[in-house]
Amino acid sequence: MTKAAQRDLFPGALEMMILRTLKRQPLHGYALAQHIKRTSDDLLQIEEGSLYPALQRLLKQDLVKAEWGTSSTNRRVRIYKLTPAGAKHLQHEVSSFERMLEGITRVLAPGES
Amino acid sequence: MSWLRQLLSRRRLYSELSEEIQAHLDEKVEELVADGMSREDAIYAARREFGNVGLLEEKSRNVWGWPLVEDFLSDLRYGLRTLLHNPVFTVVSLLTISIGIAANTAVFSVVNSVLLKPLHYPRADELVALHQTAPGAEGLADFENGLLLSPSMYFTYAEQNRTFQSVGVWVAGTANVTGVAEPEQVRAVSVSDGLLQTFDVPPAVGRWLLAADQVPHGPERVMLSYGYWQRRFGGSPNVVGQTIMLDSRPREIVGVMPKGFQFVDADFDVAMPLAFDRGKVILAGFGFHGIARLKPGSTIAEANADISRMLPIWMDSWSNGPGSNSHIYETWKITPMIRPLKQEVLGNVGELLWVVMGTIGLVMLIACANVTNLLLVRVEARQQELAVRAALGAGWARILRGLLVESAMLGLMGGLVGIGLAYAGVRFLVAMGPSNLPRLTEISLDARTLAFTFVLSVLSSLMFGLIPALKYAGPWSKSTLRSEGRTMSVSRERHRARNLLVVGQVAMALVLLVSAGLMIRTFEALRTVDPGFADPQHLQILRISIPDSLVTEPERVTHVQNEIIDKLAAIQGVKSAGFVSEMPMEGFDSMWDEIFAQDKVYADNTTAPMRLYKYMSPGLLQTAGTKLAAGREITWSEIYGLRPVVMISESLAREMWGTPSAAIGKHVREFQTMPWNEVVGVVQDVREKGVQEAAPAIVYWPPFKENLFGPGPALAIRTVTFVVRSERAGTESFLNEIHQAVWSVNSNLPLASVRTMRDVYDKSMGQASFTLVMLGIAASMALTLGIIGIYGVMSYTVSQRQREIGVRLALGAQRGHVLQMVLQQGTKLALVGVAIGVGASLALTRLMTHLLFGVSSHDPLTFAAVSSLLILVAALACYIPARRAIRVDPVVALRYE
Repeated sequence: MTKAAQRDLFPGALEMMILRTLKRQPLHGYALAQHIKRTSDDLLQIEEGSLYPALQRLLKQDLVKAEWGTSSTNRRVRIYKLTPAGAKHLQHEVSSFERMLEGITRVLAPGES
Repeated sequence: MSWLRQLLSRRRLYSELSEEIQAHLDEKVEELVADGMSREDAIYAARREFGNVGLLEEKSRNVWGWPLVEDFLSDLRYGLRTLLHNPVFTVVSLLTISIGIAANTAVFSVVNSVLLKPLHYPRADELVALHQTAPGAEGLADFENGLLLSPSMYFTYAEQNRTFQSVGVWVAGTANVTGVAEPEQVRAVSVSDGLLQTFDVPPAVGRWLLAADQVPHGPERVMLSYGYWQRRFGGSPNVVGQTIMLDSRPREIVGVMPKGFQFVDADFDVAMPLAFDRGKVILAGFGFHGIARLKPGSTIAEANADISRMLPIWMDSWSNGPGSNSHIYETWKITPMIRPLKQEVLGNVGELLWVVMGTIGLVMLIACANVTNLLLVRVEARQQELAVRAALGAGWARILRGLLVESAMLGLMGGLVGIGLAYAGVRFLVAMGPSNLPRLTEISLDARTLAFTFVLSVLSSLMFGLIPALKYAGPWSKSTLRSEGRTMSVSRERHRARNLLVVGQVAMALVLLVSAGLMIRTFEALRTVDPGFADPQHLQILRISIPDSLVTEPERVTHVQNEIIDKLAAIQGVKSAGFVSEMPMEGFDSMWDEIFAQDKVYADNTTAPMRLYKYMSPGLLQTAGTKLAAGREITWSEIYGLRPVVMISESLAREMWGTPSAAIGKHVREFQTMPWNEVVGVVQDVREKGVQEAAPAIVYWPPFKENLFGPGPALAIRTVTFVVRSERAGTESFLNEIHQAVWSVNSNLPLASVRTMRDVYDKSMGQASFTLVMLGIAASMALTLGIIGIYGVMSYTVSQRQREIGVRLALGAQRGHVLQMVLQQGTKLALVGVAIGVGASLALTRLMTHLLFGVSSHDPLTFAAVSSLLILVAALACYIPARRAIRVDPVVALRYE
């Protein structure tokens, strides 16, 4: 992926997607990366590794928590789970993102004014 | 406390993170392998997908820490490690930096203590010296101190001013203390009322001398200096109220001034009231230094205007006696030139110190240039390492910071070592400093000096750290993992920075060498000047004062002095002896007189030029080695017979009558109304105020002469310098015999200022020799550093070009030709540096014009000598690496081609 593409992801977007994914089910890092890639249909190409600094930030803010467990392929992995604070934060972020998106869409929509 | 837990659990956190990332990669690889990819390809693919492992791991860790602090600590650790791995580089650069910083710190502490710190008086910025000039009074322009104040001026200024809080006058002299085992001459300061109030320094014990102590013929009182109090009274607090015999009269001690207190620049032992008798004060008597404290808000310009306003009042209020014209002083054009007291204390020493500071600063720049060069070479050698770090995910900012931390460590460590060295340096400076350097005893390393050192360390770190760091670690640098082509010589561009540094170093070294060279020439010129006395190390001098309380009758005083000469001359090994009111360069306040010649016409109401005058005994000229230009000496019988005879200096004779011999038989007198005196001898010019000052015109009176101020007995000069010529001068046994000889005449006479003329002469050269030594040290440091710089760059260049040279030799180039090529490259740099340096010196040496004597600041000889010396030395510094270059065995150099 190019540097330009990475810059296009606004700050907080990755965190939001992680939280949204974890809301469905707790996952470990690799599975999380694969899920985001798959669901985005590879439209968003994200360096897999860039998940980890984001996860650390979420951990530090107590929005997710992590526990060591065993993956489906029987490896020792750290499984991330949404905390109640994380769920609340996600809701807030999503709604503000939607408002922003709506605003942008209105401006971009042709012929309204 | 979660941050504390975080801090403590961080190591576990970090290892878990690594484990997690590794697990991620493993899982990916396995999945890819399961999809049919080869294991090797899978590992690459997994890494590609993941991104920069090291960088991402670091970013993840940074979420938890204080990245700035941690990075800094790790940079510090890393820097220390690299420094320790290159001990030679570290020691050489540390030495260079710390010597540079030490020299700068030491000199700055002198500049700070002497020039920058306020004087040791409360609210010292309000204090001013009442300096005034009299351009209309011919001859007065020579006055070192301008026109001093007369007692009547003091009264007028003190009572009529509008701009001063207080005004006082003082004069320094000596007094004899008796009543103890050995009589002692002490330094006495006589003060008017208002002087101590002006300084406003509270006494350590007792009280100040006050108005009540200034009553003429009233009770006689005295204050002591702290030093004299300790020495003489053991610091006893009961000293107040005791009496001390000063000039054979009892005086009551009223107080002690605190430690370190000085009257402007005068150290003293006792302070006595001047006790002017208002009823007898006349206009004249310009012999007192005036000090005032400005009212808050008053400026020096206002104070000058105030004095100008008071001068007519002064002339109206006082007179020089019945029938005299008070307004004669209007022709003198007396002009107030009040200046801050600090300026009065410092004199022209500021210029000297700033020149020294500037030269030492240049040395620092040269030192920095050298360290920059070393760092450039080293960073170049580390390019691979930096490239690897960049490839492993270090941002360029991080690498830049790492390099800067390294140089900052060098700078600060250098500063630390430098402070230690500077401490020794300051002691050296204080010991070295001319004794007439004001405030010498106040010099110390204080907080401001330490702050200066710190700033200097940081600035020099930036200076030598930034250039290599930006050159090789900036975002534009082309650090690559690719190995440097062994086959090519390094491009011209890569040498530019180093070449520039060498040129700069040579230029700065040239400036310093030229200024040191000019000082050497100055010193030479000073040494060749005939001071007007000969063989000073064999001239013993001492001051003796005979107060009227000890010997009342003036003629008797001269007899006592005559007897002392006879006794001194009788000491074994003494060639001859004599006395004079003051030997040249002794530094006492001079005495001045209007001198009229009989055969010259003076317009009414004008005064004759002021001339310096002295009193001299027979035999003095022969003793001092001062030549007689014409005529003869005054004899004892003429002195005792009160014959109207006089001697004059050669310069005065030439000015008035053209030649020394033409002056013989002419007549001169003081003031318009005095009797004429016949000129019987003309004396060789003497450098009265030091070698660098032109010899003044001098009139030599007999030591005992008619009282010209009215009826009464003749007058004798009571305080004189005895001069003894002997091979034994300065030895202890000789001094003992001198004491015995003097005391065999009168046992109450103390001997003061016992020294050889050599001491006096050296002291008067003090400033020149101090400047010479300081500039000499700076210049030799600059030269050494410059040579190291050129040598370093040349040997590095040669080592880089070794293969190229090998190829050239293999292809048949003559060794001599190659040698010439390398030499040319080096000397070209030196030549450019010399050219720039000559230009800079021409501009800069003008700043030291006042420190020079007998040599122009653009002295061609100095410039030529220094330039050729520098080019020669540079060529030599190139020759050694060049020799090595042509010894290259082409086979070895080409082996790897």
